[in-house]
Amino acid sequence: MTGLPPIPGALRTAVARDGEPVVYVAREQLLAAMRWLKETPGQDFNYLVDITAVEYRDRELPLEVVYFLRSLERRADIRIKIELPPTEDMVVDSVYSLWHGADWLEREVFDMFGITFRGHPDLRRILMWETYAEGNPLRKSFPLRGRFSRAEQVRQALNANPEAHYSMEELSIAEAGNDLPEDMRDRLRRGERGVIPEPPNI
Amino acid sequence: MKHVEQVQSSNYLLAKFQNLVDWAVNSSRANSLWPMPFGTACCAIEFMATAASRFDFARFGMERQAFSPRQADVLICAGRVPFKLAPVIRRIYDQMPQPKWVISMGACASTGGIFDNYSMVQGIDTVVPVDVYVPGCPPRPEGLLYGILLLHKKIKGESLFDAVRRRDEQPLDDKGLRLPPDTIDEISEPFGNSVHQFRSS
Repeated sequence: MTGLPPIPGALRTAVARDGEPVVYVAREQLLAAMRWLKETPGQDFNYLVDITAVEYRDRELPLEVVYFLRSLERRADIRIKIELPPTEDMVVDSVYSLWHGADWLEREVFDMFGITFRGHPDLRRILMWETYAEGNPLRKSFPLRGRFSRAEQVRQALNANPEAHYSMEELSIAEAGNDLPEDMRDRLRRGERGVIPEPPNI
Repeated sequence: MKHVEQVQSSNYLLAKFQNLVDWAVNSSRANSLWPMPFGTACCAIEFMATAASRFDFARFGMERQAFSPRQADVLICAGRVPFKLAPVIRRIYDQMPQPKWVISMGACASTGGIFDNYSMVQGIDTVVPVDVYVPGCPPRPEGLLYGILLLHKKIKGESLFDAVRRRDEQPLDDKGLRLPPDTIDEISEPFGNSVHQFRSS
C-alpha cells in the first residue's frame, strides 16, 4: 500500500501483525470515514465486528479507540483507529447511526475506559453497575483491586438494587406482551398443547 | 446414636428425650437435603458431574435439586461470584427457609481464588455465612461428596434445643454487611502469588 487510502480523514496507515491493514483516522472525520467505508461500492465494510480501546503503558502515548470492520461479501478486514491525546477530553462520535450493533460495544468502552461517545442513544455503564463509583477499570491509573476497601466494595455491592437501574426500555419489555398480535397472544396463553388450563374448582 | 445408652436387655432403650428428638430430626434433615445449585463457573460442571450417574449424590438423599431457593435447604455456590452477583446470592440466601446451610465449592467461591481484583467477591463468606468450604480448582466430585458428608456430620451435631445454633443470620445494620468492615478487609487480604501487589499500586 503506497500513499494514503482514499478514506476521509485518513492520517496514516500501518499493518497489524496478522497482516490486517490499520488506518488512523482524524477524530473529527470518524463518521465520514465510517460511512465511506460502509457505503462505497468496492469497499462494503458492512459488518462492525468490535469496538475496543487501548491504553499504552507509556502515559505520553494517546489512547486509541479501535474499530474492527469486515466486509462479509469481500471477506476483507480493516481496522480503524482514533487517537485520543491524554491532554484532551475523550469524546468520540458514536457510530450507532451506521451500525446499531455499536450500542453495547460503545457502552462497554465507555464503562471500561471512560470514553464518551457523542450521539449514543443510551450511554450507561454496561458491565459494572450504574452506581459504581471507583472509576474505569481498564485504565492504567486504576489499581487492580479497585480504589475502595473490600468492606466498602461489599457494602456498595449489597446495596446496589439491580432492578432499580433498568432503563425505561428494559422495564417496558415486561409490558411488551400486550403489543403482540392477538393470535400470537392467544397461542402464548394456550401453550404448546393448545389447551387453556381451567382454574381450579374449589 | 451415641447419646442413646443401651441397657442390658436389648428390648428397650433409655435416652434423654431431647437427644432422641435431635437424633430423629437431624437424621431426617441430613439425609434429605435439597440443594440449591448456584453455579457460576467451571465448578458447576463438576457439580453436575457429582449429580450425574457416576458419582450420584442422590445416594446421600440429595435426589431433588431445588432450582427455587424457597424449596431448598443447602445453597451450593459453585464458582466465582462477582460483586454484581453479591446482592443476588444474598437475596437467594434470604429467601431460603430455615434451617439452611451453605457449601462454598471451589477456590473462587471460598476465597476469590485467582481473581484477586476489583470485580470479584473475595470469598462468599463476606456475603452469606458458610458452613463447609470445599477446596480445589475445581474440586473433583469426590471432594464435593466429602464436603456434603462433612455437612451431614455438622447437621447431626446440631440441637433443636440450642437457640444459638440456628438463629437467623441478620445483617449488621442498614449497610447490608453481615461482618464488621475490618473483618471483611482482613479475610479478603491478598494471599498466594499476589502478595507483592498492594491496593495502592
